[in-house]
Amino acid sequence: MKLLTGNDLASGDVTWWTGRDWSRHVEDAADVGQDGERIASVEEAARRVNVPYVIDAVATPEGPRPAHIKDRIRALGPTVRADLTLKPADPEAGAWVI
Amino acid sequence: MYQYDTYDQSIVDARVAEFRDQVERRLSGHLTEDQFKPLRLMNGLYLQLHAYMLRVAIPYGTLSSTQMRVLADIARTYDRDYGHFTTRQNLQFNWIKLADTPDILEKLAKVEMHAIQTSGNCIRNISSDQFAGAAADELTDPRPWAELLRQWSTFHPEFSYLPRKFKIAVIAADEDRAAMRLHDIGLRIVEQDGVAGAQVYVGGGMGRTPMIAPLVADFVPLSDLMSYLEACLRVYNRYGRRDNMYKARIKILIHEIGVDKYRAEVAEEFAHIKTLGIDPPQAEFDRIAAFFADPAFADTSADAQVDRSDAGFAAWLDQNTHAHKRAGYTIVTISLKPTGGIPGDASADQIDAMADLAEAYSFAELRVTHAQNIVLPHVRSADLRAVYDRLVAIGLAEANLDLITDIIACPGLDYCSLANARSIPLAQKIADRFADPVRQRDLGELKLKISGCINACGHHHAGHIGILGVDRKGTENYQLLLGGSGAEDVSLGKITGPGFSEDGVVDAIERVTDRYLTERTEGERFVDTYRRVGMEPFKEAIYG
Repeated sequence: MKLLTGNDLASGDVTWWTGRDWSRHVEDAADVGQDGERIASVEEAARRVNVPYVIDAVATPEGPRPAHIKDRIRALGPTVRADLTLKPADPEAGAWVI
Repeated sequence: MYQYDTYDQSIVDARVAEFRDQVERRLSGHLTEDQFKPLRLMNGLYLQLHAYMLRVAIPYGTLSSTQMRVLADIARTYDRDYGHFTTRQNLQFNWIKLADTPDILEKLAKVEMHAIQTSGNCIRNISSDQFAGAAADELTDPRPWAELLRQWSTFHPEFSYLPRKFKIAVIAADEDRAAMRLHDIGLRIVEQDGVAGAQVYVGGGMGRTPMIAPLVADFVPLSDLMSYLEACLRVYNRYGRRDNMYKARIKILIHEIGVDKYRAEVAEEFAHIKTLGIDPPQAEFDRIAAFFADPAFADTSADAQVDRSDAGFAAWLDQNTHAHKRAGYTIVTISLKPTGGIPGDASADQIDAMADLAEAYSFAELRVTHAQNIVLPHVRSADLRAVYDRLVAIGLAEANLDLITDIIACPGLDYCSLANARSIPLAQKIADRFADPVRQRDLGELKLKISGCINACGHHHAGHIGILGVDRKGTENYQLLLGGSGAEDVSLGKITGPGFSEDGVVDAIERVTDRYLTERTEGERFVDTYRRVGMEPFKEAIYG
């Protein structure tokens, strides 16, 4: 599957295209198929996202998992500061990245 | 410390106002990202892996307690309660919001700080010896020259769009604490027949093509220095490649045309530039130098000897302090490498606490080192115990300066959009493996440096042991290098062989250090042994 990701223009937060809107949580991300570039163009022009790009991902029971470690770290947060990730209460969250 | 005059202040204030307008235009859609990106980069604002990152310039690594407190305030108010001190003697905030950036820059400007020229193809923050003005072994304080270079290079109209970024370091001691020859230009102030001048090294650097800068001029009188540097830059600006960013640094130009040809071109250009009168009058230099006059040192003749009876304190004294030029004073280095910590990171509270320490014990002055530590340059020796006790209280009393756990590590893949592998967790694993302080001290001086990609922000080429993180089919992999040095015995590390997993490279380092312990002779540091016996014994230890 393919996901569309980017950063929020004002905050810089990592965001994921859900099919209707943008979410900070990769679990909400939708498969954009071959439509990613078109959506990116529209959304960037509307300043709803900054520097969007399409990535490969794998569907899992827990939700989409980006194929590359860099995007998994983007999705979670820095592996060395669990308190700053999107799952600060989950000490095992870092394992998802590896 | 240097203090802005009205001209310095007005150009920084004007830049804040200009950037505020640019941010508003970006947020309102009047600027596209393509239009805005070069503008934000000129103000040190990157878009990194998780958020915007702001790189704040700390000229030649010198800052005051007041400035340090403002950094803590920004960390607390606009970031996530911490900052990261870098290998360019700067500080980075990792979680900045675009809309907050003008307010942050305004706060910085009020204490004579900014983020100008911390990115882009211009002359970057001038770096220097973190012990400048305090070291017992220096010829003179290099900071007046570093400040003059800062003023010369700030908004220099001819050098704002160089072929590639440009880094300058200036030192004035035989011991090189600034990795001077791994800069685009490295300057060492020397004396010849009673006249002060500079050795000028040009074309060093790390990155994907590491090179040690060759000597281009063995003595340039300081009265000619600015003209000579202008010539060095002008020749680069004219002939440096702009068609390929990977071949655009001055080191590539000098490598391709040869140092003799480059030297001749510079000489020709210098002959012209010298007639233009750009070297500052002595009065202007004296004005700048006056800001770097010694602080009001106390009469320490009646001070008692430092009590070394506490083993922890004694170990810290031995490892983290250096001789000061003034009897009764000591240079203190605060390690930002506590076991389990993140190299170079400090919390807002720790930043404030270091500011308090500087104010109480070091004439309100601090330095940032390229090894990502903090220096209190002028501590009265009688106050060392009080400083140490306070550092213990804030978790920054690690007695590991220049030991194997004093690791330089770039932010790596945990933060950096360019990185291929994580650096910080690896640094933590190594620090954990070698956590025993007795073992560390037995290994002696051993500089370990980790970069998460070929851009080498973690100076892996210059590590006695260097580690380069690479991407091998989507998996982190680590190459091991041995034998580098960024000091006066400068050398570039060599790759040992096939790379390792994260755990594998920690094991490999242990095999390397074990072999060192069996091979070394009396007084030999790790790098000395490596140079004597070569790579083979270590390869054998690593790969069998």
